[in-house]
Order: sequence, then C-alpha cells, then structure tokens
Amino acid sequence: MTEISPPKGRGALARREARLAWGLLFPTITIVALVVIIPLLAIFWISVKPVQLGDLRPAETRLRVSLRDRGEVAQLEYRVMNPSRTAELHGAGFTDTLPEGVTLTGDLPQGCALSGQTVTCDFGTLAPGYNERFRIDAQITGDPKTAEQAVRDAEPVVRGKADNVLTDSTFTLENFRKLFDSGEFWGVFGVTVFYTVFGTLGALVVGLFAAMLLNKSFKGQGILRGLYLFPYVAPVIAVAFTWITLFDPFSGSANALLVQMGVSQGAINFFGQKPLALIMVTLFEVWRYFPLSFLFILARMQSIDTDMYEAADMDGASPFQKFWYLSLPQLLGILSVLFLLRFIWTFNKFDDIFLLTGGNAGTRTLTVNVYEQAFAISNIGAGAAVAVVVFGCLLIFSAFFFRMISREEGL
Amino acid sequence: MKILHKGWLTGPIIGALWALVMAVTLGVAISFASGEAARPALWGALILGALTGLVTVWRGNRWLTDAVAVVVALALMGVGLGALQFGDGFAMASRVALTIVLAGTVAIPLNTILKGLPFGAANRHEFEEAVIRFLTGFGYLFFTAIVIIPFYVMVMTSMKSQQELMLNPLDFTIDLSKGWHLFDSYYELFERFHFGRYLWTSFYVSVLTVALTLLFSVPGAYAVARLRFRGQKVFSRGILLIYMVPMIVLALPIYIAYSMVGLRNSILGIVLIYPVTTIPVALYMLQGYFRGLPVEVEEAGLMDGLSRLKVIWKITLPLALPALASVGLYVFMIAWNEFLLAFMLLDDPNKFTLTRGIASLNSSEIPRQHLMAGAVIATVPIMAIFLGLERFMTRGLTAGAVKG
Repeated sequence: MTEISPPKGRGALARREARLAWGLLFPTITIVALVVIIPLLAIFWISVKPVQLGDLRPAETRLRVSLRDRGEVAQLEYRVMNPSRTAELHGAGFTDTLPEGVTLTGDLPQGCALSGQTVTCDFGTLAPGYNERFRIDAQITGDPKTAEQAVRDAEPVVRGKADNVLTDSTFTLENFRKLFDSGEFWGVFGVTVFYTVFGTLGALVVGLFAAMLLNKSFKGQGILRGLYLFPYVAPVIAVAFTWITLFDPFSGSANALLVQMGVSQGAINFFGQKPLALIMVTLFEVWRYFPLSFLFILARMQSIDTDMYEAADMDGASPFQKFWYLSLPQLLGILSVLFLLRFIWTFNKFDDIFLLTGGNAGTRTLTVNVYEQAFAISNIGAGAAVAVVVFGCLLIFSAFFFRMISREEGL
Repeated sequence: MKILHKGWLTGPIIGALWALVMAVTLGVAISFASGEAARPALWGALILGALTGLVTVWRGNRWLTDAVAVVVALALMGVGLGALQFGDGFAMASRVALTIVLAGTVAIPLNTILKGLPFGAANRHEFEEAVIRFLTGFGYLFFTAIVIIPFYVMVMTSMKSQQELMLNPLDFTIDLSKGWHLFDSYYELFERFHFGRYLWTSFYVSVLTVALTLLFSVPGAYAVARLRFRGQKVFSRGILLIYMVPMIVLALPIYIAYSMVGLRNSILGIVLIYPVTTIPVALYMLQGYFRGLPVEVEEAGLMDGLSRLKVIWKITLPLALPALASVGLYVFMIAWNEFLLAFMLLDDPNKFTLTRGIASLNSSEIPRQHLMAGAVIATVPIMAIFLGLERFMTRGLTAGAVKG
C-alpha cells in the first residue's frame, strides 16, 4: 500500500522564487559588501598594523636629471634619492632615453648600461636617506641650451618602492597596547557612557513629555508638530554652529542674557570648561533628538484604544492614575525599543561633538577618538584600534537589541 | 500629597509658579526682541502669582482675577518689587504697559488652569487636572522657546555686522533702514565664497543619491519582504545590523582606499559613497512597507499571467508610490545634511558640498555672521521641502528614523 504524503523537498516553483530573490538581491548585496563588509575587515587588518598617515603613499625612488655645460666638457648628472628616512627601497633603478645630439663619453656608474641612446641603471636596494649624484661626461652637438632643455624634459622611467606597510607582513599589537595603557582610554570611555546614557534618557523623557502635549487634537496641532521636528530636520552643521554662536563666551547672547538677569556674574565658557562642556553636548544631543522619540511615542499613543480610558473614567481613575496604570504600560514596548536604538546611535555619534567642541574640554568620546588618533595624531593604526573597540561595543548592544526586538516585533 | 489637595493652597502655589514662568518668558522675549534689559524678579513674580491664584480659587470670577492681577502688578512695580525689573532704556509708559501685559499673561491663563478648583478641600481629580493644565501650558512655552530661539538667533545674526554683534549680543533688532545691505553676508557668500556652486553641488549630489538608492533598494527590499528563500530572516536582521554600523568606523578605511585610488577630492567619489550609506536605511523602510501591501493583489496579477517582475513594475510600485516618496525625501535629507564624509574626503574648494563649504567658514578670520548666513542657506531648502511635504516626511521619519 502506498502512503500518501505531501511532497518532500522544494519544488520547482519554490526554487524559481528563490532564484529570483537572489537575482534581485544580488546588486544590493554586492554594493553593500563592497562598502561595508570590506571596510570592516580592513579596519581589523589596519588595527594590527603600524600605519601612519604618511604611509598611505609609500616612498618611491626620486630621480633628477640635468645636463650642464661646464666649460669644455658637458656633464650629465643623475641624482638618485630615497626620500624616506626609515624605509629601504627595493629594486631601485631607472631607464632614461637621451635626446638626439647628446652622446655620453665618460664612464658609466656601476650597475648602468648604455644601449644606443638608452641608459638603464639598477641599484638594487637603496638605504634610507640615500642621496647620490652620478656625473657622466657627455658631448653636445648643436645648441647646448636646447639639449639641456631636452634632457630635462625627457621622462625617465623610475623603479623602486618601499614596502607598503598596509600590505606587508609586519603585524603589531602596539596599537591596542598603547590604547589601553595610556590611561586616557577609560576617561574617554567614561565620557562616552555619560553622553550616551544621559543623551538617550534625556531625549526619551523630553520626547515623552512633548508627545503627551500633542496627543490631543486642537487647532495648530499640526503646526506645532512640524515646528518641534525642526531641530532634527535641520543640517547638524547649521544647528551646531548656531549653538556655538549662541553660547559664545564673548559675543554670545546666552551669556549676555544670564548676566543681565543676574544669574551669573561674568561670561561662562559653555563649551570650554571641563564638566560643563560635556553637559552642554549632552543637552545638545537631547535637543536635537527629542523630536524623534516624540514622533515615535506620539504614533504609538494615537493607536492606543480609547475604550480603555473610557472604562477607567467609569471606574473613577484620576488623570495621573490613567497615565501611570494605562498609558505607560502600553508605551513600555516602544520606549524600550527606542531606548536601545537611540542608545546605539548616540554611542556611534560623531558629528555633533566634533563640531561643537572638537573633543576638547573633556568631551572626547570613542568615536571622536577614532578621528583624533587617525588624523590629528596621524596614527591610522591607533585610530583603527579604537574603531575596532567601537565595533565590538556595537556587537554587544545589537545582541541585546535583537533579543529585545524579537519580543517587541511590530516597531 | 494629600496636604496639597486644598484649593486655597494649590491655587497660590500654581499661580506663583506660573507667574515665575511668565516673568522669565516675557523677560527673555523682551531682551531678545529689543536688546534692552528686562530682568525677571523672583519675589515679585511669586507674590503676584500667589495673590492672583488665591483670588482665582476664591471667587472664580474672570474680571475680578484680571483686575486684581493688574492692580497687584502695578503696586509691586510702584514699591520697586515688580516681577519685571526694567533697565534704563524703558520709558515710564512702556514700563506700565509691559507690566499690564505681564499681569494679563499671568491672570488670563490662570483662569483656565485653576478652573473647577474649589477654595476648600479638592478631590484628586480637581487637583490633578489643575496640575496637568499648568504643566501643559508650561510645556508649550518651553518647547516652542527651545526650538525657536536657536533658529531666531541664526537668522538674525546673519543680518548683523561685526560691530553690532560685539556691541550688544542681545540686540537682535533689525535696522530696516539698511535695506538690501541687511543681506550683505549672503551676497558675499555667493559672490566670494562660491556658495551658489556649493548649493548646486549639494543639490545634484543629493538627487543622484536618491535615484541610486531607490534603484538598488527597491528590488532588494521586495525580495526580502515578499519572496521565500533560505536566509530571508538573516537578511532582515542583517539589514538592521548594517544600518547600525557607525559611519566613523567605515570612514577610515574608505578614506584610505580613496587616497590610494585617487577618488578623494572628486564628486564621483562622493556620489559613489553616499548611496551606500543610505541603502540600508531605504531597504529597512521599504521592506516594512512592502510587507504591509496586500498579497492578494499581486497574486491576482500572477494568476492573470504577469511575470514576477511585471507584477513588481505594474502593481507593487504604483501602490508603493507614497512610500517611495517618503523614502526618497528621507534619503534626500540625509544626503543634504551629510557632513562627515564630505569633510574627510573633500579638500578642494571647487568641489565642496554645502555642508563642507560651511565647515570651511569656521575660522577666526571669517566673521560670525557669514557662518550664520551659511547655516541659513543650508537650512532653508531642507525646511522648505519639509514644510511643503510634511505628510510624507513625517511618515518617512517614523518608518526609518531610528537612525540619527
């Protein structure tokens, strides 16, 4: 007796659908891999390399050719240099074609050969700082000035490069060791945590307050909602510079206002003093991102069933009770998702602090430190090491996040 | 809290707090509008508010409250305890007028805030409703102030001259007699600093970014949202994960790669890199939207003999047009506001985008008002788009704006 059972495995239709899916995804995957995955791997690679900003262009052999008419004998001069003070150049040499009318009469330096009008030299390895002139007697037929110009204009082929630190096989843990040893790291980490925790919480609480204000229909509600989104929509560079102007210690309106109102005696350097600067950048973060949490929370609030509130009214619940026992539990899901997402994003934030203080006055977060190390101190390797740490933190946070979001699907 | 549930106690407390809020608001507003000194005084405000609040809960008569507030405010001013202390720049008439305005802004809202609050013992509802109405009023003022003040300062500073700024940083009055010279900073930016070119560069870079982003993300999002294949879940998650990778981590290797390939300082390099930063966002937003479309419509199309690609082209995309508009606008906003990559990759003033151009104005040799004029130039277009298409923009923000 044959048993009847559903078909096993995937049918032709399912396979075709999967093929189409991969076809549609292919361009996207390729481009994202190219610009996200590869740089991420590159960051790990660079972080274990002793790379400086200057190493991005490896040293090359430098050659200067000149022809001088010294009295009776003309001399052709090749000046060969290794511009690097630290790296050896391998396979150094050049090939130069002499113009018509110039014939070499003197001895060629070692390693050089002349065939017809072509001089080929090979010097092998050049030591760091190598700088040598080779003079060869020559004979000029015709106008010496033209010949000199022609020699200068000839474009010799120069060979010889230093090893590129990025691709050779020297590895070092120096970047990480320095990072964790410097004592600076934990300070930077503490600042990052303060900025992230208070920036996120502040934006959430302020956003919740704003959402409660606008969670009723009245004339002008739309206008106010649009207005409250301004800080988020405006370019960060515009609002950051506005804050700097507003809080400038010499010509800032905020200082003038505080002095006039008798709150402070003299000018306060808001973005230049140690604890205050960090508080200010955190406030900026709250100011700029409360619109986001406000928008999300408002959307959630408006989808809460009103029947529940009517029932609560019947039972005689007071407004605070309704908020505490009805609204808040309903909002808890969106609040926690928002918290985690904003936490990750605030942790990753770079532009705001970079523009407001440049990481000075105790506001240097991990992301600003990546830039500082890589470009201000020109130590790309150290910058990459910080970036690896940032990425590691991100992985931990997102593990939390995905556990959370699987419970709170529906964002 | 039970102790507070008495009208004769709650009324004056809320009144005092409200008067304080109003005195500060009015003081700041007068200072910003005229540049003259108007200082809120703590005790004056508290006394004025407490008395007005007490009268409001005692009788609950609108006219009586208003009259008492005006009389108290003027009397306090007379004995030098006024809730607003004026500088020398104010004439007697304007002092009296401003004091009456203050009394009005204290009394009229208080009538509403304390409505229904009895003089004696109040129950929980009456008490909490009064507190909530007070907080609501305060909230509107607070949010409107913190949003408007920076933008006000930005616009006004851009129309001032260097001396005016140093002389009185609070004076934001506009000297209309200067006529077109008010816009000197803007003229200079467009004339000497090539802001016209930056504006154009920013514009076409943003438009290209939107086009490329949609081109790549629509098929990808559709596949993830609709088609069944192994690894679909992993993809959904992966998109979100990539979306969270900090830009600064990617910017470093991109900088190195661009230095080696020679793509730094080229618009091409920027146009290549911007869409990649926005594709994950767009994928995330679009897949959510595609999931929400009814499957039945597409299945009907399939049954009628359309191929899958034709279904996407003829059914799904037209249905998703509003979503495409939202995503496009959001991506446009990201590209327009982008600063980090432009800052790192562009050094040649001929190829600056607008944000990079503004960053180059931030030096001690260039006056402040130029910087603010630059900020206005960058803000106005995006605001105009935002206000004009707020419906799409808000939806775009809610769908994808978990990102900063």
